[in-house]
Amino acid sequence: MSEPCILSVDHLLMRFGGVVAVNDLSFTAERRKITALIGPNGAGKTTVFNCITGFYKATSGTMRLTHDDSRTIQLERLNDFRISKQAKVARTFQNIRLFPGMTALENLMVAQHNALMRASGLTFLGLIGVPSWRSAEKQAIDLARRWLDRIGLLERADDAAGNLPYGDQRRLEIARAMCTEPALLCLDEPAAGLNARESAALSELLLSIRADHGTSILLIEHDMSVVMEISDHIVVMDYGVKIAEGAPQDVRDNPRVIAAYLGADEEEAIAVMESGT
Amino acid sequence: MTAPVPKPTSPSRASGVAFIFKKALISALVALVLFSLMIGIRTEAGPTGQLIFWTRFGDLATMVATVFVGSIVVELLRQWWGPVGTVRILPPSAQNALAIGRRAIAPVLLICTFLVPVIFYDQRYILDLGILVLTYVMLGWGLNVVVGLAGLLDLGYVAFYAVGAYSYALLSTNFGLSFWVCLPLAGILAAFWGVLLGFPVLRLRGDYLAIVTLAFGEIIRLVIINWQSLTGGPNGVSGIPRPTFFGIPLTPGDNGLAAKLGIEFSPTHRIVFLFYLILALALLTNWVTIRLRRLPIGRAWEALREDEVACRALGINTTTTKLTAFATGAMFGGFAGAFFATRQGFISPESFTFQESALVLAIVVLGGMGSQLGVALAALAMIGGFELFRGFDQYRMLVFGIAMVLLMIWRPRGLIGHRAPTVFLRLSQPISSELAGEGRG
Repeated sequence: MSEPCILSVDHLLMRFGGVVAVNDLSFTAERRKITALIGPNGAGKTTVFNCITGFYKATSGTMRLTHDDSRTIQLERLNDFRISKQAKVARTFQNIRLFPGMTALENLMVAQHNALMRASGLTFLGLIGVPSWRSAEKQAIDLARRWLDRIGLLERADDAAGNLPYGDQRRLEIARAMCTEPALLCLDEPAAGLNARESAALSELLLSIRADHGTSILLIEHDMSVVMEISDHIVVMDYGVKIAEGAPQDVRDNPRVIAAYLGADEEEAIAVMESGT
Repeated sequence: MTAPVPKPTSPSRASGVAFIFKKALISALVALVLFSLMIGIRTEAGPTGQLIFWTRFGDLATMVATVFVGSIVVELLRQWWGPVGTVRILPPSAQNALAIGRRAIAPVLLICTFLVPVIFYDQRYILDLGILVLTYVMLGWGLNVVVGLAGLLDLGYVAFYAVGAYSYALLSTNFGLSFWVCLPLAGILAAFWGVLLGFPVLRLRGDYLAIVTLAFGEIIRLVIINWQSLTGGPNGVSGIPRPTFFGIPLTPGDNGLAAKLGIEFSPTHRIVFLFYLILALALLTNWVTIRLRRLPIGRAWEALREDEVACRALGINTTTTKLTAFATGAMFGGFAGAFFATRQGFISPESFTFQESALVLAIVVLGGMGSQLGVALAALAMIGGFELFRGFDQYRMLVFGIAMVLLMIWRPRGLIGHRAPTVFLRLSQPISSELAGEGRG
């Protein structure tokens, strides 16, 4: 517990040609807390996510991840699948990316690939069916079953993921990310497209994940009811820079946030435009 | 789909008629343009070297009319037979019986295959055909790992078949190694080449991957043709040793198997032995593939076919996953190649043309991507069916082509259009292939 922050992003810069998507962004995400990253469309939130999870290579800046055992990993030095495998950062996607032709259970089994791969002796021991592999597989199925139960999909475990309703797919994607047993869970708009009841259930699920597994959560979300209810800390971005950060209450009352995110009054907007020209 | 299907309303049927008519007209027009020169005008060199020509507008009109009517028929078949808005009219009891029947296909097929050499012991033609079909079943199952499971479109699969065949041929003729030593070596060498091919194509997807694998297949063939000192070039390798029954030769001599068993020698023994050998190899391929599907690596292959980005987000090393798929598929191709070499006793580059790759790929696609039973049925239909049409003489290709078109209209997702889950809690329900991805790289 030497370091309270699980993730600290310092001076992150991401440039696509002439476009600066993220400009000198610094923030920290505390351990066992829910940190929300909010901002208007095009503010660069998903770009930050893609940098953290290795889908983009940041132009400059550092992202330091500190595990419970004080092991520190520089995320910008890892790429691609290693972020998930070694740094234990899992993510979901803005437009759901399940394996639609595989069952809900299979989706959760794929998520345990690296653990199962070790247990199956890189396939060779599994091919001849040694007992240790069999028990490892049973454990993996049990873990998947527990997660399916938790998201209320146990009844539909053997249905193709592509056949599930939208809200179920969202929850399944979160469960799949959790099956990789991450230290940091990055959720990209988990409440998008959910109705009020489903959003409330989602908030509950995220709070219980934090409480039961001690997983730190980094969240991009537009649904203010979810953000305000569950976040411990909010970072607000606009045009690639951080414009505010703090507890939900502080952020909500911050005039810059109100102007940028929730929309400025018409007179204010005109005033901004005139001062710009 | 037990949900009530809305009845097709009359306006949609009317627009369907207009659509069919329009399509038929366009087809007829294309046929007219093409055939007006190919059939409409006939040219020949006259006795003094001048060009004489005459017209055959009657034949032209017949052909265009055939295309017009044929297009309407195909479109009607598609509408009435095809999977568009299919209504289940069978009672549940009949459906259950069908489901049981469907489950029984594989065991019945397997038992029949085992009995083929017993029933048709005297008919060399059927035994040879059986060996040929089983070879393609094995190749199809091998390619199924790459194309059906991992979703990597490989048009150069025959390269690994060739590597396996030449590995056995060269090792046995040059170093005198026996078939049973060379078989694993052929598999390992083919897998090695699979990995070598895998590396440069890892970044490619879809069509580009197909082009590079196609080129790879041609490169292997051209190297074999031109590396005369090693491979004998276009003359091939001859005098490849026949397989032995685990060291006991199948020859009429005193130390042959027949003499040892105290039975009269017959050349059919070797054919029967080859039949069971390829059957065993094919079943090994099948068993390994079924096992692999239930292991993390197999699930990772299928996940890769579904969504590569999600795989990376879950910490799956997509590079090694793709390479293992290539290597596994290539290894089975190599085994099949070694068998081919020992069966033929002679191999040349002629046997490893692109047509073979296309045939094996057609078997996999026709069978239903990823389905083991489907691939076996497709191999039987493609290779066996082709022989069945032998009576049609010069129209064989035409009849065969029409049969394929009809089959694909009837079953656009292949003979077995669903995938079975690799793991289940309560009930293993087949998943429609409509949901499963086809793989983009």
